Amino acid sequence: MNIILMLAPMSVGLGLIALLAFWWTLRSGMYEDPQGDAARILIEDAEDKPAV
Amino acid sequence: MALTYDLRTGGPDLSAFLRRDKAGAASLELLVKGARCAGCLGKIEREVGALPGVTSARMNLTSGKLTVAFEGRAADPGRVIATLDKLGYPATPYDPGQAAEAHDKESRRLILALAVAGFGAMNAMMFSVPIWAGLFGQELGPAARAFMMWWSGVVGAPCAVYAGMPFFQSAWRSLRAGRANMDVPISIGVILTLVISFSETVLRGRDAYFDAAVSLLFLLLIGRWLDHRLRARAKSAAADLLALQAPGAVVLGADGVEHRKPLSEVVVGDRLVVRPGERIPVDGLVESGVSTLDNALLTGETTPVEARAGQVCRAGALNLSGVLRLQALARSEDSAVAAIARLVEAGAQSKSLYVRLADKAAAVYVPVVHAAAALTFAGGWALGLGPREALIRAVAVLIITCPCALGLAVPAVQITASARLFRRGVLVKSGAALERLSEVEHVVFDKTGVLTEGRPRLVDPAPAAVALAAPLARASAHPLAKALAAEAGEGPTADEVTEHAGLGVEGVIEGRRARLGSAAWVGLPSAGAETELWFGFEGDTRIRFRFSDRLREDAARTIQVLKARGLSVEVLSGDVEGAVRAAAEVCGIETWTARVSPADKAARVDALKAEGRKVLMVGDGLNDAAALARAHAAMAPGTALEASQNAADLVFSGDELGAVVDAVDVARQAKARALENFGFSALYNLVAAPAAMLGFVNPLVAALAMSGSSLVVTLNALRMARAGGSR
Repeated sequence: MNIILMLAPMSVGLGLIALLAFWWTLRSGMYEDPQGDAARILIEDAEDKPAV
Repeated sequence: MALTYDLRTGGPDLSAFLRRDKAGAASLELLVKGARCAGCLGKIEREVGALPGVTSARMNLTSGKLTVAFEGRAADPGRVIATLDKLGYPATPYDPGQAAEAHDKESRRLILALAVAGFGAMNAMMFSVPIWAGLFGQELGPAARAFMMWWSGVVGAPCAVYAGMPFFQSAWRSLRAGRANMDVPISIGVILTLVISFSETVLRGRDAYFDAAVSLLFLLLIGRWLDHRLRARAKSAAADLLALQAPGAVVLGADGVEHRKPLSEVVVGDRLVVRPGERIPVDGLVESGVSTLDNALLTGETTPVEARAGQVCRAGALNLSGVLRLQALARSEDSAVAAIARLVEAGAQSKSLYVRLADKAAAVYVPVVHAAAALTFAGGWALGLGPREALIRAVAVLIITCPCALGLAVPAVQITASARLFRRGVLVKSGAALERLSEVEHVVFDKTGVLTEGRPRLVDPAPAAVALAAPLARASAHPLAKALAAEAGEGPTADEVTEHAGLGVEGVIEGRRARLGSAAWVGLPSAGAETELWFGFEGDTRIRFRFSDRLREDAARTIQVLKARGLSVEVLSGDVEGAVRAAAEVCGIETWTARVSPADKAARVDALKAEGRKVLMVGDGLNDAAALARAHAAMAPGTALEASQNAADLVFSGDELGAVVDAVDVARQAKARALENFGFSALYNLVAAPAAMLGFVNPLVAALAMSGSSLVVTLNALRMARAGGSR
């Protein structure tokens, strides 16, 4: 039982981290130009940052 | 008619399109056509980025927009466009406006709410599963049980409150307006569920429905987000079409320099320059220049009229031949367009009264479900269940009947339907438009630009004659010459070409001097109203080319198919009787009226409406805009003027009129699917509600029933995507 007391908050915490990560990707504009980002990896000297 | 303007012929100043940030640095947004691949992207960013004064150039391949940032105040947008043009990508200044940004914010908020609901549903479920396992006899001590319920609540409830906000706000707005939309029962259901679940947790009761509340919101948010995406995509596609069409007006400054300005910045008294192929931006008085004007989009007349100094020309007319200098007589909002815009507004208001399918369903659903829940509580208590148990059963009724299936049923169908139409080149502006389109029984067509192609085509071309005149035609920007050049295809261009406004072009073909233009230009008496071009070598015979606005290739077939679908068809045109009769006869349309004024078109649509007939109006001109706005549903081609596109529910691009049939077919199918989904939801509720009343529902059953019913309606909606058109 004690192990559950520890594991339950941990798993919720991991979920929260994933949620925050998604929030960050949304904020930093990673979904603004999916086609462009796919094309950009083919360009040698392009910056690999998403547009903000 | 798509508007093209050639920047190589003395590019006007575009600085009015620049946006300045707080520090004064300028940036420019451009809509770039034709960029598709990594190569294009690299080339555009490299070339534009290397221009002097440019600090960065960022291309968005998905939206086709290029954002260019300039260093300090010195900015030369004309040079950027010229560079893009040289690379082979025509570009237009793009003014996104504030509405688009607000829309984007709303979209982000919905996605974030969806993510939070997803997180909440999964994690609350994690603590619910052990409790459900207890239902099948597995051991779970009371302490562990309470622990699970508490965690489920601590994780689920805040997520439900956050993810439910869009619904709570919408429900509150609707209640304050004195109506109840679908969000009212959703909000009441969610809030009651949370409250009861908490009290059960505190009292160490049997059931807590935290996971059900969050997953309910998760499913509903999917529907909400799909609906939002549909509108956002249609809006941005429509904005792109219009940006290509209306690049602003060219204003001649006091210093003699040409500036390109957004239409809204043109003031009375401004001196404007209108080149051949451009539209008259605002009502104006011709100061100098001779030209012919095409009023087709204004009045429906196909025969061009002459314009010379001292004459007034109206906004929206297409300048065909010479460069005109105008003095602006009105601002854009006050131009001839404005009177029509007011008619459009009145029509749009009548359209907003339309009650959407989902709201109709909600009007039945809300009282029935709430009555059932109240009955469960009152009845249960009266029959000796005790208030607590009776309340739990009433909440179970609310949860299990909560409209996830209803909330998904319509948006899922409409998004798949409009995706299918989008692939066929038809843009659906809103879900309500599809619903209205499915109900139409009478179709009114405009002639010019709808039944016909709306641009001149060579009549009976003689290949030898076309080949002779082609080198000169290729050198001219005149629409008739362009049509001639298009007929001839690729080839050499004449030398020493000079263009004479209102007359024609002169040049040297293989050492011989030749002229292409009006009858007077080649030394013949000017004959008549017919749209024609004359060509002749110096001292040689003259060749005449006749042009006319041809019917769209599939016009007759489309009318036939529409009739086969049980729709009646009629033509309302502002053009002369002969032209309208000829077009109607070829298409097989018995009812037609010629020389109809814009107000009469709208009146005719109103009269049909008064007879109780649901009208689909298909039109492109300014003279159709009022009728478009009043009709039950409206379609416009992508070449239509801004006012008409704004008034229409659907915009189709491409040369095929068959898009109208496709749109009607898909709209009808979509309605059938939506009704099927409603039927399924009703059936589901008929089984689920009594079960909940009798106390057979526990959190596990609720979770399975809700997600199961949502899955069924979504899969039914997706059948739309695969079903092929009947054409």
